[in-house]
Amino acid sequence: MNTLQTVRMVGKPLIFLLCLLPAALVVGDALGISGQLSANPVEDILDRFGNWAIRFIMMTLAVTPLRRLSGWNWLTRFRRMLGLFTFFYASMHFLTWLLLDRGLAVDPAFQWSVILEDLTERPFIAIGFTALLLLIAMAVTSTNGLRRRMGRNWDKLHYSAYAVGILGVWHYWWQVKKDTSDAWIYAVILAVLLGLRLYWRIQRASRR
Amino acid sequence: MLIKRPVDIRPSEITSKANYLNRRDFIRAGSIAGASVLAAPALGAVVPDERRAKLQDIASSEFSTPAAANTYEDVTSYNNFYEFGTGKDDPARYAQDFDPLPWSITVDGHAEKTGTFQFDDFMKPFDLEERIYRMRCVEAWSMVIPWVGISLADVVKHFQPTSKAKFVAFETLHDPARMPGQRRRVLEWPYQEGLTIAEATNPLAILAVGVYGETMPGQNGAPIRLVVPWKYGFKGIKSIVRISFADKQPPVSWNIAAPYEYGFYANVNPEVDHPRWSQASERVIGSGLFAARKPTLMFNGYGDQVAHLYDGLDLRKNY
Repeated sequence: MNTLQTVRMVGKPLIFLLCLLPAALVVGDALGISGQLSANPVEDILDRFGNWAIRFIMMTLAVTPLRRLSGWNWLTRFRRMLGLFTFFYASMHFLTWLLLDRGLAVDPAFQWSVILEDLTERPFIAIGFTALLLLIAMAVTSTNGLRRRMGRNWDKLHYSAYAVGILGVWHYWWQVKKDTSDAWIYAVILAVLLGLRLYWRIQRASRR
Repeated sequence: MLIKRPVDIRPSEITSKANYLNRRDFIRAGSIAGASVLAAPALGAVVPDERRAKLQDIASSEFSTPAAANTYEDVTSYNNFYEFGTGKDDPARYAQDFDPLPWSITVDGHAEKTGTFQFDDFMKPFDLEERIYRMRCVEAWSMVIPWVGISLADVVKHFQPTSKAKFVAFETLHDPARMPGQRRRVLEWPYQEGLTIAEATNPLAILAVGVYGETMPGQNGAPIRLVVPWKYGFKGIKSIVRISFADKQPPVSWNIAAPYEYGFYANVNPEVDHPRWSQASERVIGSGLFAARKPTLMFNGYGDQVAHLYDGLDLRKNY
């Protein structure tokens, strides 16, 4: 098997299952199989999906710099999958919030006005929601066919992955009550990932 | 104790209540100093057995809510106590080895009787009562906790504050060796809290020394903490080493940390939102994954007892 075949036949299924593991553990904990949710299970699930959404946007944004530094071009083959998993975890985070926390699915007294108020009056929620909208736009245009048909516009749209990274970390930072140390870690990683791109771009420009 | 079952009782609560009533049978006459270490019933290993001791001679109180209490595990596994870490499960993990005794409490400021007292001596003049209170956290979740404690009004009276004493200030132990969370400056240590004299002498205010008829677990503020159920949970300062009678409003930790988000009063108020989130509703801990949030009540439902304390005060400004 050549590298391309290995990636397709072994790497992709393996990474796919690995990416599903955090979600499987949430389900397992909710059912009491793999562990237990905290005393505040809705918050626990919300936090875990949200955290994984941020980790996945970091991994997605790490593909290009890692490929460039290592020369492993096959890494690119995983970029779309990682991006789609970012979308998956962000969506689960959002749905947990909407259906369980805000109560669309469980609260007979649920009112959309509460959602509207959250989106308009709580900036950290608006920021997170904006990131989700960008992820949706990228997810629905992620097929090979659409990529070909959209041409340059596809590239422009998918540059929003950078914005998703920034909005995601900002969203996380802003909702923390006081201890921002975890948010700091994500911010530093993001700064490195985006900083490398900026550095290379400046280098390229000055060489011309 | 008034036993009145609310209509919307949850299955989890019934179990916990049953356990809880069983354990009340253990409570017998004695003194706090003679609290005996018994093999505690297996209710989860959140608190090591050697730290669990029955409190004795506990009177019931008309101030207890008829609502069913959360499980012992909920109360001791989901905590905010930054002295042991900022995660909800950090206090249960890092307070396992926290042995509060010997413990001394300093009483100072504008009072006739001041001094430093060993914990047992401090407790001797006061009677233990069980107070089952609702607890509403500023993070918009709530629990029902069966505290055991002493009336703060009795404590204040005992030390005979002078006419200059307008406030009561409290301070938590500052000991980074025993409280690992204090090795990082997440808040300014030691944690400080305060009440007006009128608030401190309101019959609802207690200094709690236990939960579920047992001594206070480390993660809940061993050996002695404040409980003021009409205020957000962070007012309930834990592991108290100093009580001061002050003539001026004392600085309080969360107000120092974020003055626009946390005020001195911190009364539960569904109409005044936290700048970043709504306070109109709360998630009831123990209600499960598929439960709806519950509307938050003004003064956490204790308005009849405390609303008069704030007559003429703009609660939007004095949050």
